[in-house]
Amino acid sequence: MDIELVEIPKWNCCGAVSSLTADDVMHHVAPIRNLIRVIEMNEEGLVNDEKRLIVFCSMCFNVLRRSNKRVKEDPKFLETINSFMDEERDYDGSVKVMHFLEILRDIGFYKVKERVKKPLKGLKVSAYYGCTLLRPRGVGIDDPEAPSIMEKFIESLGAEVVDNPYKSLCCGSYHTVGGNKELVAERAYKIINAARERGADLIITSCPLCAFNLDNRQELTKKIHPDFEHMPVLYFTQLMALAMGMESETGFDGNYIDPRPLLRERGFLEG
Amino acid sequence: MSEEKMITVYIMGKAYQVPFGLTIMKAMEYAGYRFIRGSGCRAGFCGACATVYRKKGEYKFRTALACQTTAEDGMYLAQLPFVPANRKEYNINELDPEKNVLSEYYPEINRCVSCNTCTKACPQELDVMYYIQAAIRGDYRQVSELSFDCIQCGLCTARCPAEITHYHVAQLARRIYGKYQLKVPEHLEKRLKEIEEGKFDEEIERLKNMSIDELKSAYVQRDIEKIPRGEVSDE
Ligand code: SF4
Ligand code: SF4
Ligand code: FES
Repeated sequence: MDIELVEIPKWNCCGAVSSLTADDVMHHVAPIRNLIRVIEMNEEGLVNDEKRLIVFCSMCFNVLRRSNKRVKEDPKFLETINSFMDEERDYDGSVKVMHFLEILRDIGFYKVKERVKKPLKGLKVSAYYGCTLLRPRGVGIDDPEAPSIMEKFIESLGAEVVDNPYKSLCCGSYHTVGGNKELVAERAYKIINAARERGADLIITSCPLCAFNLDNRQELTKKIHPDFEHMPVLYFTQLMALAMGMESETGFDGNYIDPRPLLRERGFLEG
Repeated sequence: MSEEKMITVYIMGKAYQVPFGLTIMKAMEYAGYRFIRGSGCRAGFCGACATVYRKKGEYKFRTALACQTTAEDGMYLAQLPFVPANRKEYNINELDPEKNVLSEYYPEINRCVSCNTCTKACPQELDVMYYIQAAIRGDYRQVSELSFDCIQCGLCTARCPAEITHYHVAQLARRIYGKYQLKVPEHLEKRLKEIEEGKFDEEIERLKNMSIDELKSAYVQRDIEKIPRGEVSDE
């Protein structure tokens, strides 16, 4: 699609949660440090005049974009961060943090469609947005109440969109590592059943944590609700790899609910 | 003999005149301090002599090895005899390298806020923050390579706001990498076999019976065996 992604040579963890405390500077250091790396990549010629930082994980995207927004809106805050990181060059707010779906939208979903080798005709796919891709308004990549970017993505792959009223209901997020796994399992129950009632074959999401919660937590969901029927939950790029004929890149081995039996039955996978 | 140039250093707040050109360690000894702990090799290898100081008129809180850093006029000095840090107990044979063992034994690594203070503190100029970042990802190889020259001085650990014990994490990573992921080098296997077969027994006996002077001259005249570069690589 005429884009080449270049990985930041030395990136650090973004922190995975955006701190909202007004006087908490420290937790914005990690995201801003990554943005400085992008400027350095330009200086070192790893990319040319390219300040877009493309992020796949919705959570990382949210944290990075929020910190970026905050320092742009608050020069004093930026000054504090810059003077704290006195071993780094100053950050100037010039990097643009973007989610990969936004890049696809900018390039044009018709271009995605052109690259599809195996249209997923007849496959019924429900989009799950979760929280961090859409909220808060001004940070999210689409209308938080009525998003459509993932639906356009699904259509471009030739699949059929199935709406889900719970597509931006929180999956339970970090409760999954604490003592409240049941809460997450119940959310999975609600979200997946709503998709199933509308005829979905599978769900896609762009957040690795949502993916874990909706996929791996189904084990617990099934224990709590023996009537529950499993449903595959894919990371959106897995579906893209499948439609573009890059089967070796689909990484289905990592899914808890294996989507392969279903995909084979529908003729989207061989053997 | 020309007159020695003297400088003033402040050791724990008290001013002392010491000759210019001494290391921090020697300057403190000149002033009358005796190192019972906090000193070892005096050559920058053992990591025992972690020291902290500030220079006159500078906001920076600096860290160094006392045996390797020259004392300057106006320095405020204090020696760190020891950095408290818990090393977890583990049996290397029972660890599962498929999991992130580092995160399991030292979960506090996930508290890292990427402030880079550890990197700035490291007298070995290692990229300490980045090896902790690699540890969070469970990348044993990356941690091992980045931390290879760590001398366990503990300065990173003393400075980290997330209370991480970097060098213990790195040591565990190197052990796992060495045991489970790195191929045993050919020359090592060969040498172990030679030892088992008794190739060096006679020579060891000869060394054991030497006098100190004979040993000294044998040491000076020793041959250092060259290992071809390719053989020590892990690929
Ligand atoms: S990594 Fe830490 S313990 Fe190791 S040499 Fe550097 S400062 Fe000292
Ligand atoms: S000092 Fe601690 S918190 Fe700061 S970058 Fe190093 S490991 Fe992370
Ligand atoms: S005394 Fe060993 S490193 Fe300084």
